[in-house]
Amino acid sequence: MSKEVNLEEQFQARIDAGERIEPKDWMPERYRKTHIRQISQHAHSEVVGMLPEGNWITRAPSLRRKVGLLAKVQDEAGHGLYLYSAAETLGISRDQMEEQLLSGKAKYSSIFNYPTLSWADIGAIGWLVDGAAIINQVMLTRTSYGPYARAMVRICKEESFHQRQGYEIMLGLCQGSREQKEMAQDALNRFWWPSLMMFGPRDHESPNTEQSVRWKIKRKTNDELRQQFVDITVPQADYLGLKMPDPDLKWNEERGHYDFGEINWDEFWQVVKGNGPCNKERIAARQAARDNGEWVREAAIAHAKKKRQSLDKSA
Amino acid sequence: MKEINEEWPIFEVFIRSKNGLEHRHAGSLHAADSTMAMENARDVYTRRQEGVSIWVVESKHITASNPTEAGEMFEPAKDKVYRHPTFYELPIELKHI
Amino acid sequence: MSSNLFEYLLILGDNSMILAHRLSELCGHGPSLETDIALTNTSLDLYGQVRNYFQYAAEIAPEQPGASEDSIAFLRRERQYRNCILLEQPNVDFAHVIVRQFLFDAFQNLQLEALLQSSDSQIAAIAEKSLKESRYHLRFSSEWLKRLGDGTETSHQKTQTALDYLYPFVHEFFDETEIEEIAAKEGYGAKLADLKPGFESILKEGIESATLKIPDSKPRFAQGKLGIHTEQMGYILAELQFMQRAYPNLQW
Repeated sequence: MSKEVNLEEQFQARIDAGERIEPKDWMPERYRKTHIRQISQHAHSEVVGMLPEGNWITRAPSLRRKVGLLAKVQDEAGHGLYLYSAAETLGISRDQMEEQLLSGKAKYSSIFNYPTLSWADIGAIGWLVDGAAIINQVMLTRTSYGPYARAMVRICKEESFHQRQGYEIMLGLCQGSREQKEMAQDALNRFWWPSLMMFGPRDHESPNTEQSVRWKIKRKTNDELRQQFVDITVPQADYLGLKMPDPDLKWNEERGHYDFGEINWDEFWQVVKGNGPCNKERIAARQAARDNGEWVREAAIAHAKKKRQSLDKSA
Repeated sequence: MKEINEEWPIFEVFIRSKNGLEHRHAGSLHAADSTMAMENARDVYTRRQEGVSIWVVESKHITASNPTEAGEMFEPAKDKVYRHPTFYELPIELKHI
Repeated sequence: MSSNLFEYLLILGDNSMILAHRLSELCGHGPSLETDIALTNTSLDLYGQVRNYFQYAAEIAPEQPGASEDSIAFLRRERQYRNCILLEQPNVDFAHVIVRQFLFDAFQNLQLEALLQSSDSQIAAIAEKSLKESRYHLRFSSEWLKRLGDGTETSHQKTQTALDYLYPFVHEFFDETEIEEIAAKEGYGAKLADLKPGFESILKEGIESATLKIPDSKPRFAQGKLGIHTEQMGYILAELQFMQRAYPNLQW
């Protein structure tokens, strides 16, 4: 008992000193579990996130837009892969994580349960969703778990084009015809609030925050990050000439921040609990990819074994 | 239904970013064998011209030092300052040494 | 009437574009993240080729003022697309994807090698760049053909089924249209008949080392290069052209 406590104190002291924790280091079981949960959730978000955007690849309006979008969705597959790899260092397999996703045990970012209904949604996702994600991810490059932090460094480097691509799409629409601008406004109207929800529940309803801050998985709270996002994004919307769908949004001189209206938390929880507009479709698509790919993955293993056997024989 | 209940093993990927530099660990991936690991490494880790050469090795073949033995492994090197050039005191006016 | 060179570029570009389109449909739905990333790379390579061909085609189409890579890619009628119909065949399963890719890669490798000698320096330059991509694609699809053909019993069957279905389409690669005949005669195109022996030997080697059998089937009637497609094509174009048709004359 006292030995365990001692180890835990030493462990916390290492984190407090800014040291990184590496896979084979001793760590409290809760640290391991929390990281598996958070990293796999993050990986699932990347992979499920491919679906709403992938929905527009075949319909992208120009070749330039098409290759940009395709490369972006491909990056998300890569990011999912980096993150699954980071989680695997904690003693869980990618297969197990996928099963948790498909069974509903593991969550992913709720934003991807909203549909992409127009080309402008691709712009809005890049601008808002990637913008919100970057705020989180930049913070995570300094998180205490080494493999997670390294994956985030790589991801942040690659992701910097995503948000620019999204904003450029929006800019193109806003400088275009009336119809294009309406399309952009409509996308903003639908994606603004879900983007704010990406930062999670209010601080006082977020039970894990304190522990996460101690382990440097989080360096700022949900509400702080959300505020940071609003402050950055409102001027960008102004530049586009778009109107934020929030009548309560206004600059607060005293606070030095924008005030904004109350998020519809009923909607948030409804989507988190699996009853959003596209939860079923997203999981069904991942399930289909897994089922349809099973014989392929098996074939590759079987072939590798045959190759190894014939090598052994000839040796 | 399932013929083989096995995941593709994990490989570690090392990339030389340009000639003259050493290979560095880039990350991991899954592949059925080393041929596929090489292809996957190329597609996953060099999409942005990150490399001119790739090594892949199945993770299980790597022998790693044990962090609980880090003290005896690495600390004895700590006080051997005489292995570093600054240990030796020479007059500053001396050149090229 | 546009020039023969223009139409020849369409044949080259449309093959790459329609296959790239089919591959792009898979992004997010493949058997593993690794294969998703790999096939997307192939798709992106092919779109890169398309842009090179169509940018060049737009330059040499003086009778089409304002022509651009996009107007050529998105705004033709179905009868004006000149891809071989093999490339519009759907992603039935991963075996179909790999077999279709292998058959095209084998052909494209040889075609691009021949086009290195094109009298048209632009075509030769595009071929040089594309050939490196195509060689990698062939390596990738050949490896996967072996894995699937010589994997499990299930995978062997599925792959043979895909090969039986897709093989009869390959003859269209070598059905020389008047456009290709003129292109070869004028020195900027590849002589298709010359490519056939090389093609057959790549196929033979690839298919046999995958423990599969080359189907003993008759060529399938195909006129894709003349603009007559399968019923698949209408749906491909419905998606490809959707934005440009629904919102004409806009910048994106």
